[in-house]
Amino acid sequence: MAENKPLIEVKDLKEYFRISTGMFTSKPLKAVDGVSFSINKGETLGLVGESGCGKTTVGRTLLHLYKPTGGEIYYDGKLIKSREDIKNFRKKATMVFQDPYSSLNPRMTVSDIIGEPLDVHKLTANKKERMERILELMDYVGLNSEHAARYAHEFSGGQRQRIGIARSLAVNPDFIVCDEPVSALDVSIQAQVINMFDELQEKLGLTYLFIAHDLLVVRHISDRIAVMYLGRMVELAPAAEIYDRPLHPYSKSLLSAVPVPDPKVARANKRIVLTGDIPSPLNAPSGCPFRTRCKYATEKCAETMPEFNEVSKGHFVACHRIGEIND
Amino acid sequence: MALLEVKNLKTSFFTDAGEVKAVNDVSFTLERGKVLGIVGESGSGKSVTAYSIMQILAGAGKIIGGSIKLDGQELVGAGEKVMKNVRGNRISIIFQDPMTSLNPTYTIGKQLMEAILLHTNRNRKEAYDRAVEMLRLVNVNEPERRMNQYPFEFSGGMRQRVMIAMALACEPDILIADEPTTALDVTIQAQILELMGQLQEELGMAIIMITHDLGVVAQICDEVIVMYAGSICEQGTADEIFYNPCHEYTKGLMRSIPTADTAGTKLQPITGTPIDLLNMPKGCPFAPRCDNAMKICIDHRAERMVINENHSASCWMNVKKGVESGEIVLDTEGGDDNG
Repeated sequence: MAENKPLIEVKDLKEYFRISTGMFTSKPLKAVDGVSFSINKGETLGLVGESGCGKTTVGRTLLHLYKPTGGEIYYDGKLIKSREDIKNFRKKATMVFQDPYSSLNPRMTVSDIIGEPLDVHKLTANKKERMERILELMDYVGLNSEHAARYAHEFSGGQRQRIGIARSLAVNPDFIVCDEPVSALDVSIQAQVINMFDELQEKLGLTYLFIAHDLLVVRHISDRIAVMYLGRMVELAPAAEIYDRPLHPYSKSLLSAVPVPDPKVARANKRIVLTGDIPSPLNAPSGCPFRTRCKYATEKCAETMPEFNEVSKGHFVACHRIGEIND
Repeated sequence: MALLEVKNLKTSFFTDAGEVKAVNDVSFTLERGKVLGIVGESGSGKSVTAYSIMQILAGAGKIIGGSIKLDGQELVGAGEKVMKNVRGNRISIIFQDPMTSLNPTYTIGKQLMEAILLHTNRNRKEAYDRAVEMLRLVNVNEPERRMNQYPFEFSGGMRQRVMIAMALACEPDILIADEPTTALDVTIQAQILELMGQLQEELGMAIIMITHDLGVVAQICDEVIVMYAGSICEQGTADEIFYNPCHEYTKGLMRSIPTADTAGTKLQPITGTPIDLLNMPKGCPFAPRCDNAMKICIDHRAERMVINENHSASCWMNVKKGVESGEIVLDTEGGDDNG
């Protein structure tokens, strides 16, 4: 159902944070370092990686919650640059946050939480219209109208996440950045919320950037999947392809680490266990960022950063030894 | 004799709002060298079961019935003196959050040695050597240097390794792992699970693995207990639970997980939200969320039913299935119109 026209286009996005290392010295932390991708209308792009790889920063910088250090973001073919652009963009692009406990103001009622974006962007003419819209949004996400006057603490985690989703839908967006929206939920509730994302996409024609570390969830919901490591994108491919035929050594080990809920498969599964932890982005390795944990690394990997090349249609990989290690 | 035998365990929390039966009539046995998984959603009582075994319940919590036998020795009501000897020594526990389980103001070495000095007759020098040995066992590089570092200098995966080293320092018979990998990334989770499996083989201890992740269960558990609202709804070998689930809740859980085959289709979630333990229904606690609930489910709680020697479940659907296939013949005259 995805059309072949990019709604979101990101070119060479960079986000550096200054980290002080002494009283007068500081160092850039390259949270996102040259990431490019596009998302078609009606498509879901999954973004996966370990904590600290920069996937949340990509989502936030994309919405200009952080000012990008470098790179360009296009919405519907138009470069987003001025303050005016950003304000208009935020009427079309919203976010659902990971933690349903801390992302809702405990002193506001549900109707005020969902109504706040309407007030900020002055989208409703009067109180009656505002309330009608709020109830419509609550209906979208399966909340009862009697919940409108309650406070966030009266709800369970799954219901809170529904409130957060209703809020993100308030401005009638085309594009939603979903930052780990189901990670904090129990399995049975998680499935309900995933289905809701699916249904809303069909009904409202939404486009998603779906950030998550649960690879089973991402595979279920995404059309294409991008894998990030230490601020860079290492692989991008259609969802089925990246699971059946991952090409980058990091994607391979990441996917093999996913515990499969099937004892026989689990027993037969040969896991590629990575040694060590992800390096600090303050001291990122030279060349390929993954080389310190990669068993195929050569001198060339330490010298130059591999380019993000299209190896087959729609399948991009950044690895020097791609031809040699996959046969 | 089973290493650990839990029988009709009941643990309640006495709150202002009333009695919360967090663990309600739980029985299971754990054999030496086996890995038992306890699965359930938040609030199902899986952690409280573990805390009851260790008797480390918070203020309002109390064991109100049942028995816990370790190697035949009764632990319920045995007193603090006995429990102090059991905790850390015979049964160890590792917690979910490796960030908060370590004291930030002491070095890793001091915290590791504390456990060893407390539970064994080793002197400081021997305890130090043992601590270094344990760090090496859990694959911490340069253990001597790491001994002098503080928890903030360790990554999440490294801290969980330290917790495991601490738990295993006194060679316990049972290791209880309460969601040990939930806070970690998948690649680090794979490392920790691999390490636990390997240590379990080397040291021959039994593990109780508490988790909500069925993937983790499939990975390392021999036997599985599925809990819902404080009770066991199904128990059996891992293969039985995964390939022949006999409780509607377990079936629902299995359907809720996205897999390769579900991509592009709708998941079949369990409807509704977990039950309020303060307002427990009369019948099966899962009945309000169960798509196949029958009249009998609402009025009567199903007893434990034996499916086969490796498997039991508390669900009336098994009776319905049995009656339909003719395996069960109802002896009540006029029949049971509920089934």
